[in-house]
Amino acid sequence: MFDTAIGIEVAFTLAKILVMVVIALQVAPLMSWVERRQCAYIQRRIGPNRVGIFGLKILGLGQPIADTIKLLFKEDYVPREANKLYYLMAPILPAMFAMAAISGVPFGRYVEISGQTYSLQPISLNAGFLFFFAMSALSVYGVALAGWASNNKYALLGGLRASAQMISYEIAMGLSLLPIVFIFNSLDTQTIINEQSNHLLFGFLPAWGIFYAPVSFVIFVITMFAETNRLPFDLAEGEAELVAGFLVEYGSMRWSLFFLGEYAMMFTLSALMVCLFLGGYEIPWLPQSAIVNSLTSSLGNAGALWAGAAISLVTLIVKVAAMMFIFVQVRFTLPRFRYDQLMRIGWVYLLPIAIANVAITALIVALQRF
Amino acid sequence: MVLSPYLPILVALVIGFAIAGGATAASLVLGPKKPSKVKLDIYECGLPGGTSRQRLSVKFYLTAILFILFDIETIFLYLWAAAFDFLGWFGIVEVAIFVVTLVVGYIYILKRGALNWD
Repeated sequence: MFDTAIGIEVAFTLAKILVMVVIALQVAPLMSWVERRQCAYIQRRIGPNRVGIFGLKILGLGQPIADTIKLLFKEDYVPREANKLYYLMAPILPAMFAMAAISGVPFGRYVEISGQTYSLQPISLNAGFLFFFAMSALSVYGVALAGWASNNKYALLGGLRASAQMISYEIAMGLSLLPIVFIFNSLDTQTIINEQSNHLLFGFLPAWGIFYAPVSFVIFVITMFAETNRLPFDLAEGEAELVAGFLVEYGSMRWSLFFLGEYAMMFTLSALMVCLFLGGYEIPWLPQSAIVNSLTSSLGNAGALWAGAAISLVTLIVKVAAMMFIFVQVRFTLPRFRYDQLMRIGWVYLLPIAIANVAITALIVALQRF
Repeated sequence: MVLSPYLPILVALVIGFAIAGGATAASLVLGPKKPSKVKLDIYECGLPGGTSRQRLSVKFYLTAILFILFDIETIFLYLWAAAFDFLGWFGIVEVAIFVVTLVVGYIYILKRGALNWD
Protein backbone atom coordinates (compact mmCIF):
# COMPACT_ATOMS: atom_id res chain seq x y z
CA MET A 1 0.00 0.00 0.00
CA PHE A 2 1.44 3.34 -0.99
CA ASP A 3 0.48 6.48 0.87
CA THR A 4 1.31 9.79 -0.83
CA ALA A 5 1.60 11.70 2.45
CA ILE A 6 4.29 9.32 3.71
CA GLY A 7 5.94 9.32 0.28
CA ILE A 8 6.16 13.13 0.26
CA GLU A 9 7.47 13.17 3.81
CA VAL A 10 10.19 10.62 3.10
CA ALA A 11 11.25 12.41 -0.08
CA PHE A 12 11.20 15.81 1.60
CA THR A 13 13.24 14.60 4.59
CA LEU A 14 15.80 13.11 2.21
CA ALA A 15 15.93 16.35 0.24
CA LYS A 16 16.46 18.38 3.43
CA ILE A 17 19.31 16.13 4.57
CA LEU A 18 20.87 16.33 1.11
CA VAL A 19 20.77 20.15 1.19
CA MET A 20 22.79 20.13 4.42
CA VAL A 21 25.15 17.38 3.24
CA VAL A 22 25.87 19.30 0.04
CA ILE A 23 26.62 22.39 2.14
CA ALA A 24 28.96 20.30 4.33
CA LEU A 25 30.78 19.00 1.27
CA GLN A 26 31.19 22.50 -0.15
CA VAL A 27 32.36 24.06 3.10
CA ALA A 28 35.61 22.09 3.35
CA PRO A 29 37.12 22.92 -0.09
CA LEU A 30 35.82 26.50 -0.05
CA MET A 31 37.16 27.14 3.44
CA SER A 32 40.56 25.70 2.56
CA TRP A 33 40.77 28.31 -0.19
CA VAL A 34 39.36 31.12 2.00
CA GLU A 35 41.80 30.20 4.75
CA ARG A 36 44.84 30.34 2.46
CA ARG A 37 43.75 33.61 0.84
CA GLN A 38 42.88 35.29 4.13
CA CYS A 39 46.13 34.09 5.69
CA ALA A 40 48.00 35.52 2.72
CA TYR A 41 46.33 38.92 3.13
CA ILE A 42 47.13 38.99 6.84
CA GLN A 43 50.78 38.14 6.08
CA ARG A 44 51.00 40.51 3.09
CA ARG A 45 51.29 37.80 0.48
CA ILE A 46 49.08 36.99 -2.49
CA GLY A 47 48.12 33.40 -1.81
CA PRO A 48 46.82 30.87 -4.33
CA ASN A 49 45.56 32.84 -7.33
CA ARG A 50 46.71 30.86 -10.38
CA VAL A 51 44.50 27.81 -10.78
CA GLY A 52 41.38 28.70 -12.73
CA ILE A 53 38.50 26.93 -14.41
CA PHE A 54 38.22 26.99 -18.23
CA GLY A 55 40.90 29.66 -18.53
CA LEU A 56 39.19 31.97 -16.03
CA LYS A 57 41.35 32.68 -13.00
CA ILE A 58 38.59 34.03 -10.66
CA LEU A 59 40.98 34.63 -7.74
CA GLY A 60 42.33 31.09 -7.77
CA LEU A 61 39.00 29.44 -6.97
CA GLY A 62 40.08 26.42 -9.01
CA GLN A 63 42.62 25.60 -6.30
CA PRO A 64 40.31 23.46 -4.11
CA ILE A 65 39.26 21.41 -7.15
CA ALA A 66 42.88 20.83 -8.10
CA ASP A 67 43.70 19.91 -4.49
CA THR A 68 40.89 17.37 -4.34
CA ILE A 69 42.03 15.71 -7.57
CA LYS A 70 45.60 15.61 -6.31
CA LEU A 71 44.51 13.99 -3.03
CA LEU A 72 42.44 11.40 -4.91
CA PHE A 73 45.49 10.27 -6.89
CA LYS A 74 47.85 10.04 -3.90
CA GLU A 75 49.05 6.68 -2.69
CA ASP A 76 46.88 5.23 0.04
CA TYR A 77 48.95 3.06 2.39
CA VAL A 78 48.66 1.57 5.87
CA PRO A 79 51.76 1.75 8.11
CA ARG A 80 53.16 -1.66 9.09
CA GLU A 81 52.69 -1.27 12.85
CA ALA A 82 49.22 0.26 12.68
CA ASN A 83 46.08 -1.49 13.83
CA LYS A 84 44.54 -1.89 10.40
CA LEU A 85 40.81 -1.97 11.19
CA TYR A 86 40.81 1.08 13.48
CA TYR A 87 43.27 2.90 11.26
CA LEU A 88 40.89 2.55 8.30
CA MET A 89 37.81 3.33 10.39
CA ALA A 90 39.09 6.43 12.19
CA PRO A 91 38.84 9.02 9.36
CA ILE A 92 35.34 7.90 8.38
CA LEU A 93 33.87 8.54 11.85
CA PRO A 94 34.34 12.33 12.15
CA ALA A 95 33.06 12.87 8.61
CA MET A 96 30.05 10.66 9.29
CA PHE A 97 29.08 12.31 12.59
CA ALA A 98 29.65 15.77 11.13
CA MET A 99 27.19 14.96 8.33
CA ALA A 100 24.60 13.89 10.91
CA ALA A 101 25.26 16.93 13.09
CA ILE A 102 24.93 19.40 10.23
CA SER A 103 21.54 17.83 9.38
CA GLY A 104 20.24 19.12 12.71
CA VAL A 105 20.56 22.75 11.63
CA PRO A 106 17.20 24.42 10.88
CA PHE A 107 17.45 26.57 7.75
CA GLY A 108 13.92 27.96 7.58
CA ARG A 109 10.50 27.84 9.26
CA TYR A 110 8.27 25.66 7.12
CA VAL A 111 7.00 25.22 3.56
CA GLU A 112 3.72 23.97 2.16
CA ILE A 113 3.41 20.99 -0.24
CA SER A 114 -0.13 20.20 -1.42
CA GLY A 115 -1.80 21.73 1.63
CA GLN A 116 0.50 20.12 4.18
CA THR A 117 3.16 22.06 6.10
CA TYR A 118 6.65 20.62 6.52
CA SER A 119 9.27 22.03 8.87
CA LEU A 120 12.62 22.98 7.35
CA GLN A 121 14.74 21.23 9.95
CA PRO A 122 16.08 17.91 8.63
CA ILE A 123 16.46 16.32 12.09
CA SER A 124 13.99 17.74 14.57
CA LEU A 125 13.97 15.94 17.95
CA ASN A 126 12.22 16.74 21.19
CA ALA A 127 15.70 16.64 22.76
CA GLY A 128 16.38 19.81 20.73
CA PHE A 129 19.93 21.07 20.47
CA LEU A 130 21.26 18.35 22.81
CA PHE A 131 21.58 16.42 19.54
CA PHE A 132 24.51 18.65 18.53
CA PHE A 133 26.30 17.83 21.79
CA ALA A 134 25.79 14.14 21.15
CA MET A 135 27.27 14.30 17.67
CA SER A 136 30.16 16.58 18.63
CA ALA A 137 30.98 14.22 21.52
CA LEU A 138 30.93 11.22 19.18
CA SER A 139 33.45 12.80 16.84
CA VAL A 140 36.01 12.54 19.67
CA TYR A 141 36.14 8.83 18.81
CA GLY A 142 37.58 9.53 15.37
CA VAL A 143 40.45 11.57 16.78
CA ALA A 144 41.19 9.23 19.69
CA LEU A 145 41.08 6.13 17.47
CA ALA A 146 43.30 7.72 14.83
CA GLY A 147 45.88 8.56 17.47
CA TRP A 148 45.87 5.10 19.00
CA ALA A 149 45.61 3.02 15.83
CA SER A 150 48.50 4.78 14.07
CA ASN A 151 50.84 3.29 16.69
CA ASN A 152 53.06 6.33 16.54
CA LYS A 153 54.15 8.33 19.58
CA TYR A 154 53.32 11.70 18.07
CA ALA A 155 49.95 10.47 16.88
CA LEU A 156 49.09 8.92 20.25
CA LEU A 157 50.00 12.11 22.12
CA GLY A 158 48.02 14.21 19.66
CA GLY A 159 44.99 11.96 19.90
CA LEU A 160 45.09 11.88 23.71
CA ARG A 161 45.53 15.62 23.93
CA ALA A 162 42.67 16.21 21.52
CA SER A 163 40.28 13.92 23.34
CA ALA A 164 41.17 15.32 26.78
CA GLN A 165 40.72 18.85 25.44
CA MET A 166 37.42 18.13 23.72
CA ILE A 167 35.84 16.46 26.73
CA SER A 168 37.11 19.17 29.09
CA TYR A 169 35.55 21.99 27.10
CA GLU A 170 32.33 20.09 26.49
CA ILE A 171 31.27 20.63 30.11
CA ALA A 172 31.64 24.40 29.91
CA MET A 173 29.88 24.32 26.54
CA GLY A 174 26.91 22.40 27.93
CA LEU A 175 26.63 24.68 30.94
CA SER A 176 26.91 27.84 28.85
CA LEU A 177 23.76 26.98 26.89
CA LEU A 178 21.61 26.25 29.95
CA PRO A 179 20.45 29.88 30.41
CA ILE A 180 19.19 29.87 26.81
CA VAL A 181 16.89 26.95 27.67
CA PHE A 182 15.10 28.68 30.50
CA ILE A 183 15.15 32.17 28.99
CA PHE A 184 13.35 30.97 25.85
CA ASN A 185 11.63 28.10 27.67
CA SER A 186 12.46 25.55 25.00
CA LEU A 187 15.11 23.12 23.80
CA ASP A 188 13.90 23.27 20.21
CA THR A 189 16.06 25.45 17.94
CA GLN A 190 13.15 26.54 15.74
CA THR A 191 11.07 27.67 18.73
CA ILE A 192 14.07 29.56 20.09
CA ILE A 193 14.57 31.31 16.74
CA ASN A 194 10.89 32.29 16.59
CA GLU A 195 11.19 33.84 20.06
CA GLN A 196 14.16 35.86 18.82
CA SER A 197 12.21 37.55 16.02
CA ASN A 198 10.72 39.94 18.64
CA HIS A 199 12.31 43.19 19.77
CA LEU A 200 13.90 44.56 22.90
CA LEU A 201 14.17 48.14 24.22
CA PHE A 202 11.23 49.59 22.17
CA GLY A 203 12.48 48.02 18.95
CA PHE A 204 16.07 49.24 19.09
CA LEU A 205 17.51 45.76 19.44
CA PRO A 206 16.37 42.44 18.02
CA ALA A 207 15.51 40.03 20.86
CA TRP A 208 18.59 37.90 20.27
CA GLY A 209 20.00 35.47 22.80
CA ILE A 210 23.28 37.40 22.89
CA PHE A 211 21.53 40.34 24.60
CA TYR A 212 19.82 38.09 27.15
CA ALA A 213 22.87 35.96 27.96
CA PRO A 214 26.11 37.71 26.90
CA VAL A 215 28.31 35.66 29.27
CA SER A 216 26.92 32.44 27.78
CA PHE A 217 27.77 33.73 24.34
CA VAL A 218 31.40 34.42 25.24
CA ILE A 219 31.85 31.02 26.91
CA PHE A 220 30.20 29.24 24.00
CA VAL A 221 32.42 30.92 21.42
CA ILE A 222 35.59 30.02 23.37
CA THR A 223 34.52 26.38 23.78
CA MET A 224 33.55 26.26 20.11
CA PHE A 225 37.17 26.95 19.14
CA ALA A 226 38.33 24.21 21.52
CA GLU A 227 35.75 21.66 20.35
CA THR A 228 36.75 22.04 16.71
CA ASN A 229 40.50 21.89 17.52
CA ARG A 230 41.09 25.30 15.98
CA LEU A 231 43.80 27.75 16.91
CA PRO A 232 44.43 28.97 19.64
CA PHE A 233 43.40 25.50 20.86
CA ASP A 234 44.95 23.30 18.14
CA LEU A 235 47.36 21.49 20.45
CA ALA A 236 46.25 18.21 18.98
CA GLU A 237 48.01 19.10 15.75
CA GLY A 238 50.64 21.46 17.16
CA GLU A 239 53.08 21.41 14.22
CA ALA A 240 56.02 22.66 16.26
CA GLU A 241 55.86 19.97 18.95
CA LEU A 242 53.87 17.01 17.60
CA VAL A 243 54.57 17.35 13.85
CA ALA A 244 50.88 16.95 12.99
CA GLY A 245 49.48 15.08 15.98
CA PHE A 246 46.97 12.38 15.17
CA LEU A 247 47.28 13.15 11.45
CA VAL A 248 50.93 12.13 11.27
CA GLU A 249 50.43 8.70 9.68
CA TYR A 250 47.56 9.68 7.42
CA GLY A 251 47.72 10.64 3.78
CA SER A 252 45.64 11.01 0.62
CA MET A 253 41.84 11.04 0.94
CA ARG A 254 41.84 9.75 4.52
CA TRP A 255 43.76 12.80 5.65
CA SER A 256 41.32 15.13 3.96
CA LEU A 257 38.33 13.35 5.54
CA PHE A 258 39.51 14.65 8.92
CA PHE A 259 39.35 18.15 7.51
CA LEU A 260 35.96 17.52 5.95
CA GLY A 261 34.77 16.57 9.43
CA GLU A 262 36.49 19.53 11.07
CA TYR A 263 35.09 22.14 8.69
CA ALA A 264 31.61 20.61 8.72
CA MET A 265 31.73 20.69 12.54
CA MET A 266 32.85 24.34 12.43
CA PHE A 267 29.85 25.10 10.22
CA THR A 268 27.49 23.17 12.50
CA LEU A 269 28.65 24.79 15.73
CA SER A 270 28.64 28.25 14.09
CA ALA A 271 25.10 27.57 12.90
CA LEU A 272 24.11 26.46 16.41
CA MET A 273 25.61 29.68 17.80
CA VAL A 274 23.74 31.73 15.18
CA CYS A 275 20.47 29.92 15.99
CA LEU A 276 20.72 30.35 19.76
CA PHE A 277 22.37 33.76 20.07
CA LEU A 278 22.07 35.67 16.79
CA GLY A 279 18.50 35.09 15.63
CA GLY A 280 19.15 32.13 13.33
CA TYR A 281 17.62 32.46 9.88
CA GLU A 282 15.61 35.58 10.85
CA ILE A 283 16.69 38.95 9.43
CA PRO A 284 16.85 41.54 12.25
CA TRP A 285 13.89 44.00 12.29
CA LEU A 286 12.33 42.03 9.42
CA PRO A 287 10.58 38.93 10.75
CA GLN A 288 10.07 36.00 8.41
CA SER A 289 6.27 36.21 8.81
CA ALA A 290 6.32 39.83 7.52
CA ILE A 291 8.33 38.79 4.43
CA VAL A 292 5.95 35.92 3.72
CA ASN A 293 2.88 38.16 4.22
CA SER A 294 4.15 40.82 1.81
CA LEU A 295 4.95 38.19 -0.84
CA THR A 296 1.63 36.34 -0.56
CA SER A 297 -0.25 38.75 -2.86
CA SER A 298 2.18 38.26 -5.76
CA LEU A 299 3.27 34.62 -5.30
CA GLY A 300 0.34 32.97 -3.54
CA ASN A 301 0.51 31.30 -0.14
CA ALA A 302 2.70 28.30 -0.94
CA GLY A 303 4.98 30.30 -3.28
CA ALA A 304 5.53 32.97 -0.63
CA LEU A 305 6.52 30.28 1.89
CA TRP A 306 9.05 28.81 -0.57
CA ALA A 307 10.49 32.27 -1.31
CA GLY A 308 10.70 32.92 2.43
CA ALA A 309 12.52 29.62 2.90
CA ALA A 310 15.07 30.60 0.23
CA ILE A 311 15.63 33.98 1.92
CA SER A 312 16.09 32.35 5.33
CA LEU A 313 18.60 29.82 3.96
CA VAL A 314 20.67 32.69 2.50
CA THR A 315 20.39 34.63 5.78
CA LEU A 316 21.64 31.65 7.76
CA ILE A 317 24.58 31.10 5.42
CA VAL A 318 25.56 34.80 5.55
CA LYS A 319 25.54 34.77 9.35
CA VAL A 320 27.52 31.52 9.53
CA ALA A 321 30.00 32.82 6.93
CA ALA A 322 30.65 35.84 9.15
CA MET A 323 31.49 33.48 12.02
CA MET A 324 33.76 31.39 9.77
CA PHE A 325 35.60 34.61 8.83
CA ILE A 326 36.22 35.22 12.55
CA PHE A 327 37.47 31.61 12.91
CA VAL A 328 40.14 32.21 10.28
CA GLN A 329 40.95 35.71 11.53
CA VAL A 330 41.55 34.37 15.05
CA ARG A 331 43.72 31.55 13.71
CA PHE A 332 46.24 33.97 12.24
CA THR A 333 46.04 36.48 15.09
CA LEU A 334 46.46 34.53 18.33
CA PRO A 335 49.39 32.25 19.25
CA ARG A 336 48.82 28.68 20.49
CA PHE A 337 48.29 28.02 24.22
CA ARG A 338 50.52 25.75 26.25
CA TYR A 339 48.80 22.50 27.27
CA ASP A 340 48.65 23.26 31.00
CA GLN A 341 47.25 26.71 30.20
CA LEU A 342 44.59 25.13 28.00
CA MET A 343 43.44 22.71 30.71
CA ARG A 344 43.56 25.53 33.26
CA ILE A 345 41.31 27.76 31.16
CA GLY A 346 38.80 24.96 30.72
CA TRP A 347 38.61 23.61 34.27
CA VAL A 348 39.67 26.46 36.55
CA TYR A 349 38.19 29.49 34.75
CA LEU A 350 35.43 28.54 32.30
CA LEU A 351 33.69 25.92 34.47
CA PRO A 352 33.14 28.11 37.58
CA ILE A 353 32.18 31.10 35.42
CA ALA A 354 29.65 28.94 33.57
CA ILE A 355 28.14 27.64 36.83
CA ALA A 356 27.94 31.18 38.27
CA ASN A 357 26.37 32.36 35.02
CA VAL A 358 23.67 29.68 35.26
CA ALA A 359 22.94 30.53 38.90
CA ILE A 360 22.70 34.29 38.37
CA THR A 361 20.62 34.05 35.20
CA ALA A 362 18.27 31.53 36.86
CA LEU A 363 17.75 33.90 39.81
CA ILE A 364 17.02 36.90 37.57
CA VAL A 365 14.62 34.94 35.36
CA ALA A 366 12.87 33.44 38.40
CA LEU A 367 12.44 36.85 40.08
CA GLN A 368 10.85 38.17 36.89
CA ARG A 369 8.54 35.19 36.32
CA PHE A 370 7.38 33.86 39.68
CA MET B 1 4.96 13.50 11.73
CA VAL B 2 4.21 10.03 10.46
CA LEU B 3 7.75 8.71 10.80
CA SER B 4 9.87 8.54 13.91
CA PRO B 5 11.85 11.79 14.31
CA TYR B 6 14.95 9.71 15.07
CA LEU B 7 14.91 7.98 11.68
CA PRO B 8 16.57 10.90 9.78
CA ILE B 9 19.65 10.54 12.05
CA LEU B 10 20.17 7.04 10.70
CA VAL B 11 19.67 8.28 7.13
CA ALA B 12 22.20 11.09 7.65
CA LEU B 13 24.72 8.68 9.19
CA VAL B 14 24.34 6.29 6.26
CA ILE B 15 24.79 9.12 3.74
CA GLY B 16 27.86 10.32 5.65
CA PHE B 17 29.30 6.82 5.75
CA ALA B 18 28.68 6.34 2.03
CA ILE B 19 30.41 9.62 1.14
CA ALA B 20 33.40 9.06 3.43
CA GLY B 21 33.74 5.39 2.51
CA GLY B 22 33.34 6.19 -1.18
CA ALA B 23 36.05 8.85 -1.04
CA THR B 24 38.56 6.49 0.60
CA ALA B 25 37.64 3.68 -1.80
CA ALA B 26 38.12 6.02 -4.77
CA SER B 27 41.58 7.04 -3.59
CA LEU B 28 42.40 3.35 -2.95
CA VAL B 29 41.53 2.52 -6.56
CA LEU B 30 43.01 5.61 -8.23
CA GLY B 31 46.24 5.99 -6.29
CA PRO B 32 49.51 4.20 -7.12
CA LYS B 33 50.68 1.27 -4.97
CA LYS B 34 54.43 1.15 -4.39
CA PRO B 35 54.97 0.09 -0.76
CA SER B 36 58.54 -0.16 0.48
CA LYS B 37 60.05 -1.07 3.82
CA VAL B 38 61.05 2.50 4.64
CA LYS B 39 57.71 3.95 3.60
CA LEU B 40 55.76 1.68 5.92
CA ASP B 41 57.98 2.50 8.92
CA ILE B 42 56.68 4.48 11.87
CA TYR B 43 57.24 8.17 11.17
CA GLU B 44 59.67 9.58 13.70
CA CYS B 45 61.26 12.54 11.92
CA GLY B 46 64.11 10.29 10.79
CA LEU B 47 65.06 9.11 14.26
CA PRO B 48 64.95 5.41 15.06
CA GLY B 49 62.03 4.79 17.43
CA GLY B 50 59.59 2.21 18.68
CA THR B 51 55.85 1.81 18.72
CA SER B 52 53.59 3.79 21.01
CA ARG B 53 52.41 0.80 23.05
CA GLN B 54 53.85 2.03 26.33
CA ARG B 55 52.81 3.77 29.54
CA LEU B 56 50.97 7.08 29.47
CA SER B 57 50.44 9.93 31.88
CA VAL B 58 47.68 9.09 34.34
CA LYS B 59 46.41 12.67 33.98
CA PHE B 60 44.42 11.74 30.89
CA TYR B 61 42.46 9.06 32.77
CA LEU B 62 41.79 11.48 35.61
CA THR B 63 40.46 14.04 33.15
CA ALA B 64 38.17 11.44 31.62
CA ILE B 65 36.74 10.44 35.03
CA LEU B 66 36.17 14.08 36.02
CA PHE B 67 34.51 14.68 32.66
CA ILE B 68 32.00 11.89 33.29
CA LEU B 69 31.14 13.38 36.71
CA PHE B 70 30.55 16.90 35.47
CA ASP B 71 28.94 15.94 32.19
CA ILE B 72 26.25 13.97 34.03
CA GLU B 73 25.73 17.03 36.22
CA THR B 74 25.16 19.11 33.08
CA ILE B 75 22.61 16.65 31.73
CA PHE B 76 20.67 16.70 35.04
CA LEU B 77 20.60 20.49 34.88
CA TYR B 78 19.13 20.35 31.36
CA LEU B 79 16.14 18.41 32.69
CA TRP B 80 15.57 21.12 35.27
CA ALA B 81 16.02 23.92 32.71
CA ALA B 82 13.47 22.36 30.37
CA ALA B 83 10.91 22.28 33.23
CA PHE B 84 11.98 25.65 34.68
CA ASP B 85 8.53 27.28 34.75
CA PHE B 86 6.80 24.12 35.89
CA LEU B 87 9.08 23.56 38.91
CA GLY B 88 9.32 27.22 39.98
CA TRP B 89 11.15 28.13 43.21
CA PHE B 90 11.04 24.52 44.40
CA GLY B 91 13.19 23.45 41.44
CA ILE B 92 15.64 26.29 41.95
CA VAL B 93 16.20 25.41 45.62
CA GLU B 94 16.63 21.71 44.81
CA VAL B 95 19.08 22.42 42.00
CA ALA B 96 20.98 24.88 44.20
CA ILE B 97 21.51 22.12 46.82
CA PHE B 98 22.66 19.73 44.09
CA VAL B 99 25.06 22.24 42.52
CA VAL B 100 26.49 23.36 45.88
CA THR B 101 27.30 19.72 46.70
CA LEU B 102 29.10 19.40 43.38
CA VAL B 103 30.94 22.69 43.83
CA VAL B 104 32.27 21.44 47.18
CA GLY B 105 33.62 18.39 45.36
CA TYR B 106 35.04 20.64 42.65
CA ILE B 107 36.89 22.77 45.22
CA TYR B 108 38.24 19.54 46.74
CA ILE B 109 39.71 18.26 43.46
CA LEU B 110 41.08 21.73 42.78
CA LYS B 111 42.85 21.82 46.17
CA ARG B 112 44.18 18.27 45.73
CA GLY B 113 45.81 19.41 42.49
CA ALA B 114 43.94 17.02 40.20
CA LEU B 115 43.66 19.77 37.61
CA ASN B 116 47.30 20.86 37.67
CA TRP B 117 49.14 19.91 34.50
CA ASP B 118 52.61 21.25 35.20
